[in-house]
Amino acid sequence: MKLTLRIWRQHGPRDRGGLVDYRVEISPDASFLEMLDVLNEELVRTGAEPIAFDHDCREGICGMCSLVIDGTPHGPERATTTCQLHMRTFADGDTITVEPWRAKAFPVVKDLVVDRSAFDRIIQSGGYITAPTGTAPEAHAIPVPKPDADSAFQAAECIGCGACVAACPNGSAMLFTAAKVTHLGLLPQGQPERYSRVAAMVETHDEEGFGGCTNTGECTLACPKEIPQDVIGRLNRDLLRSVRQR
Amino acid sequence: MSENHDSAILYLDGDPIADTAAPVGPIADRWTTRTFEAKLVNPANKRKKTVIVIGTGLAGGAAGATLGEQGYHVVQFCFQDSPRRAHSIAAQGGINAAKNYRNDGDSVHRLFYDTVKGGDYRSRESNVHRLAEISTRIIDQCVAQGVPFAREYGGLLDNRSFGGTQVSRTFYARGQTGQQLLLGAYQALMRQIDAGTVELHARHEMLDLIMADGVARGVVVRDLITGEIKSYTADAVVLASGGYSNVYFLSTNAMGSNVTASWRAHKHGAYFANPCFTQIHPTCIPVSGDHQSKLTLMSESLRNDGRVWVPKTVGDHREPGDIPETERDYYLERVYPAFGNLVPRDIASRAAKHVCDEGRGVGPGGLGVYLDFADAIARLGRDAVEAKYGNLFQMYERITGENPYRTPMRIYPAVHYTMGGLWVDYDLRSTIPGLFVIGEANFSDHGANRLGASALMQGLADGYFVLPTTLGDYLARGPQGEVPAAAVAAAEARVRSMIDRLLSVRGDRTVDSFHRELGHLMWEYCGMERTEAGLRKALVLIPALRAEFWERVTVPGSGDDLNQSLERAGRVADFLELAELMVVDALHRTESAGGHFRAESQTADGEAARDDERFAYVAAWEWNGAGRPPTLHREALSFEYVHPSTRSYK
Repeated sequence: MKLTLRIWRQHGPRDRGGLVDYRVEISPDASFLEMLDVLNEELVRTGAEPIAFDHDCREGICGMCSLVIDGTPHGPERATTTCQLHMRTFADGDTITVEPWRAKAFPVVKDLVVDRSAFDRIIQSGGYITAPTGTAPEAHAIPVPKPDADSAFQAAECIGCGACVAACPNGSAMLFTAAKVTHLGLLPQGQPERYSRVAAMVETHDEEGFGGCTNTGECTLACPKEIPQDVIGRLNRDLLRSVRQR
Repeated sequence: MSENHDSAILYLDGDPIADTAAPVGPIADRWTTRTFEAKLVNPANKRKKTVIVIGTGLAGGAAGATLGEQGYHVVQFCFQDSPRRAHSIAAQGGINAAKNYRNDGDSVHRLFYDTVKGGDYRSRESNVHRLAEISTRIIDQCVAQGVPFAREYGGLLDNRSFGGTQVSRTFYARGQTGQQLLLGAYQALMRQIDAGTVELHARHEMLDLIMADGVARGVVVRDLITGEIKSYTADAVVLASGGYSNVYFLSTNAMGSNVTASWRAHKHGAYFANPCFTQIHPTCIPVSGDHQSKLTLMSESLRNDGRVWVPKTVGDHREPGDIPETERDYYLERVYPAFGNLVPRDIASRAAKHVCDEGRGVGPGGLGVYLDFADAIARLGRDAVEAKYGNLFQMYERITGENPYRTPMRIYPAVHYTMGGLWVDYDLRSTIPGLFVIGEANFSDHGANRLGASALMQGLADGYFVLPTTLGDYLARGPQGEVPAAAVAAAEARVRSMIDRLLSVRGDRTVDSFHRELGHLMWEYCGMERTEAGLRKALVLIPALRAEFWERVTVPGSGDDLNQSLERAGRVADFLELAELMVVDALHRTESAGGHFRAESQTADGEAARDDERFAYVAAWEWNGAGRPPTLHREALSFEYVHPSTRSYK
């Protein structure tokens, strides 16, 4: 299939950047990133600089791949990362626009690569259970009801890709933050730090320049792991209680 | 003495490795003994000790977090944008532990026994026993961190069985066990960063070791965003940089997985052990075209319920649903009735290759076999199958465009895991003092054929428990002293000259084109089945390709900013050297062992024929310079507890 690609090129953080058109011919079985590989090979062969983009596992789990494709994070397919998006989703002759994640808290590094380290800092501020190595009780000492374990797991599936932020009109990272708050808050092991955790994580979230949540719901729609929006409701309830407890 | 083949010297014989530093005495007491004997670092002195950790996967993440908790000053690096993206995250199936929660006769000794046997008697008993002992504590640790393992309705942990074993000892979190374990380690690491004990540098790649008087004293890294070359010195360096399957180009590894950190340490004197032991995973999605950049694994747990088959007749191209039961060959169940579809990975992989070589393969190109869930869906119901494997089925459909609930999956073996790696002793020390190697980057625990659900266990055992004990002992025996400025300058100069060399070729072939060609060649001649003739051919082709690389490669851009072509070029240059060592190792080992199958060494009925008389050793290779034959140091393996027997799964 033959496609026209309009790709965001930006040499560095200070560069203005803009869309550049490319033509590519590709098999419908190729993934979106493989299509970019093919284009890059061609660019290198002709002496041009290839397009920088983030990717790693190409199995939809590491969360490294990004790209806003035709205005949607990770492209048109529901519950799909860019690396798992295949060209058969598009039609021959299509023009596809490819841009980086757009959010104040995710500065562009180069071309389609952005800096998502703010996510790590949100986790650093409390997104964990304090369990030093070697001090753990026997695993069966703490039974966890299966429904709780399953719900915790569903929230824990977040891959930290940042699509929720890119989709949100406010550039909020509330779905990401709430997924972790929910994962840990649903487990008995996570109870002692439940309220201090949510307060600290939301504070860092705001400090990093992410916007507030107005329940628009775009985040859940863009999420490749379909993290449900109700995790945000849960975060809000816990946050409220943490304020009351102060 | 040296071996002569076709008048070319393949390798030189070196001194055997006499001591692996394992304590003597009953095997069940050795780790306890070691732990007690290990010297301790005074808590007040710990923060004065700096440890560098390269990599943030299960091994590196766990090690960084634990060393930080202990009070050391940890400086940690990963090439990804966040430690949470290390390739451990992609492990699907599960992690073994000898908990015997199913009361099915499991024990530490049985896990130890199964792992030694599963490694085809090419691993060390002392290490494997320690791994089995620690396995139970790993589960405790992960549960305490909030890893959401699968649970029974009573709230207790669920287990499943996994390829090659007959007890249910595998703990899992749907098909995303690696992800959940890694996030546990990552969160523990993040906590230490907040506490100030760990200093993290993401998007940094280690490009060389700083060596002072033969001791590893730091690393030179490249900041992948700015291109800046920086040096960090330390009292010890830990490599947790993963495996080298990407030497095959197409593999199940993440695109960035590479051998550079290990290889550059190898060039400073760290022996590289058993490089030819590559594990081929039997259940991957088959290749679909030339554009393909990697292969996707389908969890081995699928073989618990999926049945593997091909048509009985060559050239039967009917739709799978149109082929009646009587005309299907469930070849694993037929040939290996005791284990059936759960035979170890090497056996399942070769069996698939053989039926495809006979012309009975399915799908485009005939390189595929069916993994069929029709029986499981009929027996358990679609909902139950979906609950167990839903995400895997979804992934399969996304990649192939086929619905596996309706039509059987197509699978084919692919390169998955490397059991070789830098040689380490019982304490995880390499042959360079001050350099420790953990997880997949070392060679230590798996022998020739890692069973499923073992790698996660080893990564976490090394990171949470073993290294934090043995590293302390090393540091306590210090002092390590100042690092001479000249050592730092020399390392930086090596890195700069390598980068300049890559940028200055300005040829006409892309880095990827070389990588693909190398991968092709390795799969063909050093893949699932190796022959003397094929390996010899590879020994001609690889040096030629390497020479061409340095004449014709083109790396656009400069070294002064984010340059992904430059990153890959350095990694491919290292793969081009490692590949040759893998072939030499495969050629010298004229036996079949686990994942290493030499066609000349098989039994009458086509199974791997091991040669314990001549090859019950670890092959540890010493670097002698580019294009020069390496030196082989043999570490003899002795089996006091699990006596070598013919591995039969029939």
